[in-house]
Amino acid sequence: MQLKIQYYALMREQAGRSEETLDTACATPADLYGELVTRYGFTLTREQLKVAVNSEFSDWSRRLAAGDAIVFIPPVAGG
Amino acid sequence: MMRFRFTQTAIDTTLARRELLDSGAGGYVSFEGWVRDHNEGQEVTRLEYEAFQELAVKEGERIVAEALRRFPVKHALCIHRVGALDLRDMAVWVGVSSAHRSEAFDACRFIIDEVKHRVPIWKKEHYRSGDSGWVNCERCAAAPSHAQQHGHAHEHGHAHEHGHEHEHDEPAATHS
Repeated sequence: MQLKIQYYALMREQAGRSEETLDTACATPADLYGELVTRYGFTLTREQLKVAVNSEFSDWSRRLAAGDAIVFIPPVAGG
Repeated sequence: MMRFRFTQTAIDTTLARRELLDSGAGGYVSFEGWVRDHNEGQEVTRLEYEAFQELAVKEGERIVAEALRRFPVKHALCIHRVGALDLRDMAVWVGVSSAHRSEAFDACRFIIDEVKHRVPIWKKEHYRSGDSGWVNCERCAAAPSHAQQHGHAHEHGHAHEHGHEHEHDEPAATHS
């Protein structure tokens, strides 16, 4: 299944890219984050992040579908 | 017109304020967030803001809508800057107009507090030392996370001092 992943801020720098399309068997955002930590060595733990699927906040256990766009959201610092 | 939006260029407060005008309003309150030259013991020389704009404008709009429901005010608007900012630049502007001042202050504070906590915006600080860092991301990533520390304490607490730990948990539970 193909997923589109966008990276922001610290995670963009650690991944060395701002987006990519991945072929993966990961069923949930939680599984996907585990796979990406292995690939890119992200220093943020899943507990520090939120996740968005198709530009809306999502549960970590949501079942992903082909074509979903996923964004992991590091601790925010607006203002 | 969206009541939460981003700009790549300087925030025009004269224009923004005009959107809040209302003949039923007795005044307006605004908050400006500025780029400061220090943070947590480091000398800051400049900043970069980055946002996940598609979600950020939705979440920002929800915050302003919540403020308009919770407080009897006329109009509210929040504009956040993204991109490279220098010291003294304005990073964010919140304005609220209202019949009476008290609720305008309350709504303005509510909006800026919620924006800081909920909207996917990130801030990279550049320091005089030549170093740089993403605020709230680098330091906490280096240290063991609170969740892990808490989990560890919890395991011990269950065996030895459950009652004591429960007392500690209560205020946190009612806080939210």
